[in-house]
Amino acid sequence: MASILTIENLSFHYGDNPAPVFDDLNLSIAKGEFVAVVGGSGVGKSTLLKCVADLAHSSGGRITLDIPERRGSRRRATVFQDGRLLPWRRLRGNVGYGLKGLELSAEAREERIREVLKLTRLSELADRWPHQLSGGQVQRAGIARALAVNPELLLMDEPFSAVDAITRQHLQDELLNIWQKTGAAVLFITHDIEEAVYLADRVVVLSGHPAHVRFDQPIDLPRPRGRNADDLQHLAHTIAQEL
Amino acid sequence: MRTQQTSFWVDHPLGRALLGLAGVIAFVAIWKLAQATGWARAGTIPDPFRLPQTLMDEWRSDRLMPAVLSSLVHYVWGLGLGTVFGFLVGALAASSRWTDALHAWLARILRPIPPLAWVVFAIAWFKVSHAGAAFVIAIGVFWVNYFATWSAVRNVDPKYYELAQAFGQQGYLNQALNVVLPASAPGILSGMRTGIGQAWMTLIAAELLGVPGMGQEMNAAAGVGAYEAVVIYMLVISLVYTLSDTLFARFEKRVLQWRPS
Repeated sequence: MASILTIENLSFHYGDNPAPVFDDLNLSIAKGEFVAVVGGSGVGKSTLLKCVADLAHSSGGRITLDIPERRGSRRRATVFQDGRLLPWRRLRGNVGYGLKGLELSAEAREERIREVLKLTRLSELADRWPHQLSGGQVQRAGIARALAVNPELLLMDEPFSAVDAITRQHLQDELLNIWQKTGAAVLFITHDIEEAVYLADRVVVLSGHPAHVRFDQPIDLPRPRGRNADDLQHLAHTIAQEL
Repeated sequence: MRTQQTSFWVDHPLGRALLGLAGVIAFVAIWKLAQATGWARAGTIPDPFRLPQTLMDEWRSDRLMPAVLSSLVHYVWGLGLGTVFGFLVGALAASSRWTDALHAWLARILRPIPPLAWVVFAIAWFKVSHAGAAFVIAIGVFWVNYFATWSAVRNVDPKYYELAQAFGQQGYLNQALNVVLPASAPGILSGMRTGIGQAWMTLIAAELLGVPGMGQEMNAAAGVGAYEAVVIYMLVISLVYTLSDTLFARFEKRVLQWRPS
C-alpha cells in the first residue's frame, strides 16, 4: 500500500547539544495503518512525533506527508499525553477547537462536533468544563478534538499513560473501534510493549545513542486480539528483548 | 485527625453574624470608653455616639452627597483610564520580545515613582480640577494593571501555544483571543481588583490637594477639629469600596466560572 508518511534519514539534536537524540531514522506508514513506536525514555519517541506534527524542527533528513489537502479537513491531528484541553472552554468548545479556519458552515461544524462526541461516547458531557471530567474522559475528549478535523493521520503521544489500568484497557478498545470506523492511519507513541502489540499493525522499536529504528515487527495477529493470548505475549517478549 | 465539634457560634451563619456584630460592639465600646474617661486626650478623638447625628448634619447641609459624587467622578475616570491603559500596555509589552525589550527600561524607571509625586504635574497640566485628581488616580491604577497583565501574559503555559499550533490556530489575533486572554484572565482580573482598592487609597490623597470630594471634606473637617465628620467620610469610603469590590468579585466569578471552585 502507498505510504502516507515517509521519514527518511531524520535526525534531531537540541540547540546547544551536538549529540543527536536520534539519527538516520527511517520509517513509513501506509494509509490506514496503525504503527506503534516503543522505546525507553530519552530515545526521542515524543520528539519524533513532534517533528511529524510540525511542532519541532528536525536537524536533518526529510518528512514527507503524502496526504492531499482536502476542504474541511486537516491532514494530521495530534492527541497529547496530558489531554491538553483548554480549561476555559466547555467540552463542546474544546472538541471544536481545530475547526476554525476549515471553511465549514456553522451547521457543518455543529454536525462534526456532534458526530465525534457520539463516536467517543461523550455526548452527555458536552457542556461540562474540563475540570469536571475524569482522566479517561479528558483523553477521550482529546481524541474527539483530533477526530473532529477529519485527519488521515492521527498522531498519539502516550495518550493512555496517565490513566489507571482499567480505564486504559477501555480506552484501547475504544481507540481500535474508532480507528476501524474512521480508517485514519495512527502513529502511536508508547513505552508499554504489550499495549503496542495489542493495538498495532506494526511495532517499531527505537533504541541506541543516538537512537534509530532497531526493530520493525509486523503484528499479523487477527483482530479482535486477546490480551493474554500466547502469541501476543510471545511477540511482546521478543520485542522486549530488543529494547 | 481529631474530629472537631461543630459549634453554633462558628459554624452557623447566624452565629457567625452575631459574633461579627459582637466584635464591632466591643470595638465601639472601647472607643467610647477611651473618649468618655479622658484616656485619650480631649478633643483628639471623636465621640462614636455622635456619629449618627453627624451623618444627618452632613447630609442635611448638602455636603455629603456632592462630595461623594465628586469623588466618584474622579474614581470612575481614574480607575477606568488606568485600568484600560495598564491592561493595553501590559498586554502589548508582553506579547512580543521586541515590545518587551523596548519598554523594559522605561518601566523600570517610571514604576517606582509614587502616584502622589505626580500631583505636581497634575496641577501644572490640569490645574486644580477633576481631571487632575483622575490623572493621579489613573497613574497608580495603571501600574497595578500593567504589571498584573504583563506577568499573566508572560506566564501563559507554553503547552497551549503548542496546542494552537497543532490545530492550525496560531494566527496572532486568534491566539490572542482564544488562548492568551482566557489563560491570563485570572491574573488580569486579580490585578483589576487590586486596582479598585488602590484607586481609593490614592483618591483621598489626590483630593487633599483641593479638588472637591471626600478627601477635601475630610481635610476641611479636620481643620476645625470636627473629627466626627472625618469618621463619617472614612465610613462612606469603606462602604463604597466594599460595594465596588463585591460587584467586581461577582463579575470575576462569572467570567472565571470555568475554574474549579
